[in-house]
Amino acid sequence: MSTIHAEEAGAAKAVPVRTAPHASMWRQSLRRLLKNKLAMLGFAVVAFMFAACFIGPLFSPYTDNKINMAVMNNAPSLKHWLGTDALGRDVLARVLLAGRISLTVGLASMVLSVFVGTLLGVIAGYYRGVVDQLVMRLADLLLTIPSLPLLFIFGALLSEWKVPTDYRMYIVMLMLSIVGWPGLARMVRGQMLSLREREYMQATVVLGLRDRRKLFNHLLPNLVPLIIVIATFNIGGAILSESVLSYFGLGVMAPTPTWGNMIDAANNMIDFQDHPWLWIPPGFSIFATVIAINIFGDGLRDVLDPKQKR
Amino acid sequence: MSNVLEIEHLSTHFHTEEGVVRAVDDVGLQVRQGEIVCIVGESGSGKSITAMSVMGLVEGPAGRVAGGRIAFDGIDLLKLGRNELRTIRGNEIAMIFQEPMTSLNPVLKIGEQLMEPLIEHRKMSKKAARKRAIELIGEVGISRAEQIADSYPHELSGGMLQRIMIAIAISCEPKLLIADEPTTALDVTIQAQILDMLRRFKEESGMSILLITHDLGVVAEMADYVVVMYAGKVVEEGEVVALFENPQHPYTKGLLKSKPIINQRQDELYSIPGQVPNPLELTPSCYFHDRCAYCMDICRTQQPVLKDAGNGQKVACWLNEEVTPV
Repeated sequence: MSTIHAEEAGAAKAVPVRTAPHASMWRQSLRRLLKNKLAMLGFAVVAFMFAACFIGPLFSPYTDNKINMAVMNNAPSLKHWLGTDALGRDVLARVLLAGRISLTVGLASMVLSVFVGTLLGVIAGYYRGVVDQLVMRLADLLLTIPSLPLLFIFGALLSEWKVPTDYRMYIVMLMLSIVGWPGLARMVRGQMLSLREREYMQATVVLGLRDRRKLFNHLLPNLVPLIIVIATFNIGGAILSESVLSYFGLGVMAPTPTWGNMIDAANNMIDFQDHPWLWIPPGFSIFATVIAINIFGDGLRDVLDPKQKR
Repeated sequence: MSNVLEIEHLSTHFHTEEGVVRAVDDVGLQVRQGEIVCIVGESGSGKSITAMSVMGLVEGPAGRVAGGRIAFDGIDLLKLGRNELRTIRGNEIAMIFQEPMTSLNPVLKIGEQLMEPLIEHRKMSKKAARKRAIELIGEVGISRAEQIADSYPHELSGGMLQRIMIAIAISCEPKLLIADEPTTALDVTIQAQILDMLRRFKEESGMSILLITHDLGVVAEMADYVVVMYAGKVVEEGEVVALFENPQHPYTKGLLKSKPIINQRQDELYSIPGQVPNPLELTPSCYFHDRCAYCMDICRTQQPVLKDAGNGQKVACWLNEEVTPV
């Protein structure tokens, strides 16, 4: 699809244009988004976080996570910008490495839950009937169980089964998407129920189009703005949930650093009072990232919501 | 000439909480090859539902085609499976809707929407389909075809969109085109152009058109054969000239009388008194009886059937029965 759009956009440019430039919905939205200062601030923070976490560690000499008893619990200094932890590891390097994990988990579980949620929501909303009942009751079931206890149970099971720590990250992603898809599926289904009754859908019936074409060529593009917005919020939520899980020692395990388990490691009176550099950086990272993602998501929603005219 | 479409005893019912609505009740009509048949009637007379029944657009759980036969080229559409029906729709039977503004998907470019039936039914490649789509845009009288193909529906006017709808409808050269009030949402100058275009395509390709309208001006201009519907039943049908010159049914007479005549001042335009009856409260009677100036006792208790009235016309009215049953 995207390549066609690109080609056609190119073709449109070549034709002499009589009125305003050919403004596709996407280009209009982008222009409006660029004007929204708060959203752009959010985007800048998120972009900075990504850049710092994925590129930053390349410039740090301390990424090997080596224990160094000589520099235990040092306060921030020129050598260690954010100090060192109880095992003498550089906190800045660990925060950035932890960010890699947290952001990856957030993104990956978002992608997975958006994929599953959209697919199931589209199918349920379009076909209704038995399929709808099955999918939505399953979603309801997952929604009625508070997600944190559910995640805790999953996490405890993982520890019980002695899942190797390397794999835990991937399983945490899966867990987060399992609790993430039902909300999305619900929204998508609701939207589908309304879209499928539109006149242009009746027109596709009259044209004798296949269901596959109706679903993915006609209905899905109408859902894309909704999905983008939910997906954005979803990343924030997933990062938060992952931090909570890791904080309770049920997510990604030490020595792999994540923002959650770094705070957990500093979870005692001494560290809290005497070594604030151990918990403020990861805490602030979670806070800043999630807030920034939500602000950006808000901006996206304002821009992409077709009901809002300006 | 052979019949492209034959509808026999078609009944389409809607099951509502208040009861069964017989939106289309025992309707029959034929469309011959290369002919334009108009269904006329006021709102709620069942003319659109008739068209939707042909297209299989009457959907459950409430609506259901309760009986009858809809034969297209001798094939009963009501007996076809989903897939067989799909290969006929858009390919051999096409349809144009009343509202061009809402009949196109707002997020897809005009060109993409034109290409779809070509790719689906004609198995064209994307490239060939796009080329044909641009030709079609030109054929319906829109210049800058290339640029229009890359536009979104909201960037075009209603008249242009209806032309695009026609382009989509004729893209696979259908044998039958169903046009459900194609000009109602358009302004008068555009109406004539759209109708002209439909007639031109009909003459070029020899397709048949089933035109649904409440506008007698459109009927006079377009139709070969007219079917007048009232409260879900056919009350009169006939060749257009005969029917306009010599309407038999009081309802048809009323319809023709309530049309303003150009160059002739009238103090007050005639209108048929009363309203279409509530479809839930119909009893065996002539459904027009409470609005009819010639209402007799029998009209209130028995339903007239459609009978030959000479001159190629058929009419369902007790006034035309030679022997009035007691």
